[in-house]
Amino acid sequence: MCLAVPAKILTISDNCAVVDIDGVRRETRIDFIEDPRPGDYVLVHVGFALQKIDESEAEATLAQIRACFGGPDDGR
Amino acid sequence: MQKLLDGLPKIIESAHGTGGRWTHELIESVFLPYFRSQPLQSLADQAVVPESGTGRMAISTDSFVVTPYRFPGGNIGDLAVNGTVNDLLMGGATPAYLTVAFVLMEGLRVDHLVEIVQSIANAAAASAVSIIAGDTKVVCGKAEDGLFITTTGVGFLPGGVNWGPEFIQPGDKIILSGTVADHGASVLTKRYNLAFDTVIRSDTASLLPAVMAVRDLCGIRCMRDPTRGGLATTLAELSQTSGLTLEAKELCIPIRDDVRGLCEVLGLDPLYVANEGKLIAVVAPDVASTVLSRLQATEVARDAAIIGTVTKSAPGYALLETAIGAKRVLELLSMEQLPRIC
Amino acid sequence: MPHLNDFRNPDVASHLLARIGELAREPLRVMEICGGHTHAIFRFGLQQVLPPQIEWLHGPGCPVCVTPVVKFDKAIALAHRPNTIVAAYGDLLRVPGRESTLLRERAEGGDVRVVYSSMDAVSIALQNPHKNVVFFAVGFETTAPANAFSILAAKERHLENFTMLANHVLVPPVIRALLEDSRLKIDAFLGPGHVSAVVGSQEYEFIAREYGRPVVVSGFELNDILQSILMILTQRDEGRCDVEVEYARAVRDAGNAKAKAVIADVFERQDQEWRGLGIIADSGLRIKHELSEYDAEIRFADFLRDISPPPPPKGCICAAILKGQKRPFDCPSFASSCTPERPLGACMVSSEGACAAYYSYRQQPLIQGGTYDE
Repeated sequence: MCLAVPAKILTISDNCAVVDIDGVRRETRIDFIEDPRPGDYVLVHVGFALQKIDESEAEATLAQIRACFGGPDDGR
Repeated sequence: MQKLLDGLPKIIESAHGTGGRWTHELIESVFLPYFRSQPLQSLADQAVVPESGTGRMAISTDSFVVTPYRFPGGNIGDLAVNGTVNDLLMGGATPAYLTVAFVLMEGLRVDHLVEIVQSIANAAAASAVSIIAGDTKVVCGKAEDGLFITTTGVGFLPGGVNWGPEFIQPGDKIILSGTVADHGASVLTKRYNLAFDTVIRSDTASLLPAVMAVRDLCGIRCMRDPTRGGLATTLAELSQTSGLTLEAKELCIPIRDDVRGLCEVLGLDPLYVANEGKLIAVVAPDVASTVLSRLQATEVARDAAIIGTVTKSAPGYALLETAIGAKRVLELLSMEQLPRIC
Repeated sequence: MPHLNDFRNPDVASHLLARIGELAREPLRVMEICGGHTHAIFRFGLQQVLPPQIEWLHGPGCPVCVTPVVKFDKAIALAHRPNTIVAAYGDLLRVPGRESTLLRERAEGGDVRVVYSSMDAVSIALQNPHKNVVFFAVGFETTAPANAFSILAAKERHLENFTMLANHVLVPPVIRALLEDSRLKIDAFLGPGHVSAVVGSQEYEFIAREYGRPVVVSGFELNDILQSILMILTQRDEGRCDVEVEYARAVRDAGNAKAKAVIADVFERQDQEWRGLGIIADSGLRIKHELSEYDAEIRFADFLRDISPPPPPKGCICAAILKGQKRPFDCPSFASSCTPERPLGACMVSSEGACAAYYSYRQQPLIQGGTYDE
């Protein structure tokens, strides 16, 4: 229902960040994010960051996926 | 640039279309300096050109309307030449002559017009076509639309070149000459003022080097340039006309990361986004690797890839094999894609 | 983003599919609430590669689809009001009202602008101080914070020419309404990832506790969805009914407090009409009374007075489709009098609607050896 994409925060000024999405940049509001920092990944929807993307959680999910079938250890 | 504009009006006015003195001044100061073919310079009512003598002539005509008319990687002038030249090339013809008709909106900036005319001249030179006739009208329209251009191209077919969807056979390979969706992606962000900062440029280009690199090979069944409607629409059309199934593999279709990223943000399917400098070649399996390597040796088709095979599995429909091996039908594009939130 | 390729890796997918095949012994009817999931399921062709025991029910998860026709009629009317700009998300432009679309109004000279962000609508208002800018804003909880924020931004900038034609709907109440309908046979839910990033997974606890159905909140990549199916199957295998989060990289139990606070600052709950489903108690948001100067329906009440809701379309079974009781192929109007170009009902109006998705893939049965249903 709601299109949102992961994006990396490049720079921050006040409550606006420039984010990078696979080489595409756009100004994005970060008013809803606790303690945003350059380098953080956020989920962007209609020009607003909705949540930080937690890389350790992403790794944990992938580990859980791999545990289901015992590998492969590395994705492509 | 400034020097070229000295003495020219700043904007187009209705008087430039009256056929009188203002029209003559516009033609002489803006068009003729760049369009230097002999038939055009003579300002006769018609162009008289030599016959080629090979017996078969190809003709194609197309109107070009694009908002915005200048975009990263080119402008409407590049499109108007390359579009028609590429249409001739897709039948295997060598492009020779071009006519150009302009419909200018009142209020169009003359510096923009000069830039576009220069692009037309450069693009024509790159494809070795002569601009032999032209026309200009001025209408009252939306100034931001700028201008519409209609080009008609004439080319000549060498003996032995007979391409068309009716020659496609099961087992043939489908080759795409490069990345998809570059043109549409570059235009879209500008069209809606979406404030995305990208280095995506339109792929507008002449396919002359690519076609000339492979035209002598036996086993080329058909070529198409997937412009409006994108790759998917062209595969669907070729399937419909041939009564066969053009099956492409999603993972084999080249796409730039930033174009994919932009399409994901805006909710667009890149397979339906326009290209302006790409071709699809359907070729016999035994020449596929030769065609591929010759295409890859040209600049305009350096990212060429074999993206699929012709089968009989769903006659008349194009199929896309997804990452997990499922197959879905590629329909004709039914409506303009708009950026979406859901 | 790092790891994204892992979530898209087809080799991982084939392992997950094999494991799903082992666990999917009994029929399982899974409702995906989110139109984004509907879209992904079709784009990947999941129905062809998942075991036939798994049946997808496509829920009411497209905010454009469930927006009542009368809202579009109001937007269209405002688009030809003098000195008015209608700004809207692109999805809304071709959805027909009773007689026209915003796209057609634009062709006829109406000033209709596509925006990517709610803040783009605010910028248009700043740049056009002598025109009224109406931002046609729809959405679930995902979009509501951004839309709410635009009103706060307009207020802060003392923008008197910015108003919102709003239609905001809420996911947990519509799930409850579906579960209250005892005719519906839904075994489990694929929870909406991006709504949940805002509201938090705890909002679905009632589904597991009160109604005994498993919920797995899923991401949108191929392996996200497959892993979520596997988690649902595992719950069933172990006799559990829990709310689990596969999309843990973006979804927290409590959601996003700041985003929810902005929603609460601007909107308040109301009974809400859903196109195709009717009025569901407490399932929508309206602009608060103290901010009513930003509510286009109040500001332009006189202008919009004569626009009333059209009668429900005849020969349309959208309600049953939105509830997962019937499938698009069961509808007599499907692909005949109801197409994406001329939609009759809610499910056909946006590419995320169940009928529009089925329409795009309707020739699937022609493929020899395909395992597509119907």
